[in-house]
Amino acid sequence: MASKLTRSNGAGWAFALPGFILLFLFIILPFFFAFWFSLTNQRLISPNPTEFVGLSNYENLLGVSILTLEPERDEAGQVVRDADGAISYPRVRTITRNPDFPQYKGMREWFRWQSGENARVVVAKDVVFMKALTNTMLFVLIIVPLQGGGALGLALLINQKLRGINAFRAIYFTPVVISIVVISLLWRFIYDGDDGLLNNVLAALTFGAFEPVDWLGNTDTALGSIIVMSAWQAMGFHMVIWLSGLQTIPATLYEVAAIEGSSSWQTFRYVTWPGLRNTAVLVLIVITMQAFALFAQIDVMTNGGPLDSTQTLVFQAVERGYGKQDISGGSTISVILFFIVLLISLVQRYLTREKR
Amino acid sequence: MADVILKDIRKSFGRVEVIKGVDITIEDGEFVVFVGPSGCGKSTLLRMIAGLEDITSGTLEIGGSVVNDVQPKERGIAMVFQSYAIFPHMTVRENMAFGLTIAKASKEEKESKVQEAARILQMEDLLDRKPSQLSGGQRQRVAIGRAITRKPSVFLFDEPLSNLDAALRMDMRMEIGRLHEQLAATMIYVTHDQVEAMTLADKIVVLKDGKVMQVGKPMELYHEPANKFVAGFLGAPSMNFLEVDVQELGEGSAVVSNGALEPTTVKTRGRTFTKGGKATMGIRPQYLKLAKAGEGMLHGAVTLTERLGTETVVDVSLLSGGKVIASFDEDLILTAGERLDLTFDADQAHLFHADE
Repeated sequence: MASKLTRSNGAGWAFALPGFILLFLFIILPFFFAFWFSLTNQRLISPNPTEFVGLSNYENLLGVSILTLEPERDEAGQVVRDADGAISYPRVRTITRNPDFPQYKGMREWFRWQSGENARVVVAKDVVFMKALTNTMLFVLIIVPLQGGGALGLALLINQKLRGINAFRAIYFTPVVISIVVISLLWRFIYDGDDGLLNNVLAALTFGAFEPVDWLGNTDTALGSIIVMSAWQAMGFHMVIWLSGLQTIPATLYEVAAIEGSSSWQTFRYVTWPGLRNTAVLVLIVITMQAFALFAQIDVMTNGGPLDSTQTLVFQAVERGYGKQDISGGSTISVILFFIVLLISLVQRYLTREKR
Repeated sequence: MADVILKDIRKSFGRVEVIKGVDITIEDGEFVVFVGPSGCGKSTLLRMIAGLEDITSGTLEIGGSVVNDVQPKERGIAMVFQSYAIFPHMTVRENMAFGLTIAKASKEEKESKVQEAARILQMEDLLDRKPSQLSGGQRQRVAIGRAITRKPSVFLFDEPLSNLDAALRMDMRMEIGRLHEQLAATMIYVTHDQVEAMTLADKIVVLKDGKVMQVGKPMELYHEPANKFVAGFLGAPSMNFLEVDVQELGEGSAVVSNGALEPTTVKTRGRTFTKGGKATMGIRPQYLKLAKAGEGMLHGAVTLTERLGTETVVDVSLLSGGKVIASFDEDLILTAGERLDLTFDADQAHLFHADE
């Protein structure tokens, strides 16, 4: 017999209310605040009143143009080359600071490529944001297959009936329950350029032939190092999700495959993978969303450096909002991130939909 | 086409022996049913023939060669499971062609074999459906179709009808019988349902606790059960057993009686009894008849009647204690507590040792 309490709608709402208020205050309200702030010049602490500025925050972040620079020529019309034979070009600031070209005002060079004798220069209003955007995209693009695939591999390994398999399950899951901050600190030691564990191991394996690398201090390796460490950290979590998916596949299907003489690969392709469809969609979306939120590792390990090579969107949002007290700028980045994640989730859901 | 010979087959899981030395010879083209209560080892035995379980000791021959250590796919067998074990993500056509896909057969070969199997099973119009759009019986037909496309010499059925409702079960039972005539392949069929065993089998193997109780044609087992277990297992309602005293011994017969049973001469069928000793007499409910006044051989009172229209099943409590079930092939109205005198053809009674 259900008591009056459990049957009454009012009681249910009353119990849900505290949680709902918290969610409203800290999730829903800030979500809409972010939209509003991104259209103003709101600062964290400022004596001046907040003004509505329209979409100028978005323009300042997303403004990108391409300049074509012609080589500098001497009086004879010859291309001027420097001592190394490289072509000399006028400096970009001669254009971006030229009052004749107001459309390029305040832009800085992002990257350039050579096109015949000319150089094409991509200039952006906010180069740091652009780097954060591309780094985040790159991070997501690499970590989704790396972490998802690695987790699936681990799940397949620990889905066997072996003695002591629970020990392996526990070991693989351990990084998930340790704080990401602690893990980031530990990996800073591993990646250390002078006497880091990784350098020592590689040196030992190659009998000293390996030249030590400052993994986090080098623009070529910093983002890669963070990707590897991040993939490793959350792999155990997704391993458990894969494992639960694996265990829903009936054993008789594997027996059918065995009777038909299916190879390991065929069994995976025809039995395991189709059986993991829904799990795969979940893992894919969860990893993607987590990857876009990359922050703690950056904050602890590199602070976005060296030379902005590990800037990410969330790190930039926090950096601007609280570091530079530019709440409107941080909010704008958050809103852009929201639309990116929304768009990607919709695309993923469309691509992985149940085909009839 | 192949015969299957089991010689002293044993199976242990750890220290527990579940199959305790089984010898069975199955002729080419024979329909053999393994029947027994749950836990008797019949499914394990089938899975050992399929190669899904290792054989602890003994030899298994299929088609003249020992296959103890041969992979399932090399044994020339196909198996149909109780749970259908068809792939939910594949169409009926893909499911039926699964073995051929694994063997990398050509498209034309697949199509022709699938068409042939579909024709045999009368399901050509269902080939493009997904399993979720099929009924239980149709799903099991798909599983049988998958077995047919392999052209196996031995079909193995593991309780294929147990997940179907009663009406469908009868249809499918007939279909499997028809299939056996059509394909003339060796078939081994595991069930706990004695009706399936009786109707389908050329030969029944009754198993109990990992041992063969009796092997023979259905009617042999029904009329000449080798022991009390087989006698009680086959037939519904099951055979009545009465504790009796042996009063006289004759040539191939004995006179037995008890408090409710008048002295009756029963064939001993090769068993030896001692005068004055105890024995168990078995008589099937269908052989018990209502006695005319003064001709009753067995005396008791009605406790419960079940009227089934053309048949009346009566629980009779005997004067000596204990009870029997009588099944009369007419609609009778009997009141509880009413005295009942029964008679039977003593040639249809069986005499077993008391401790059997």
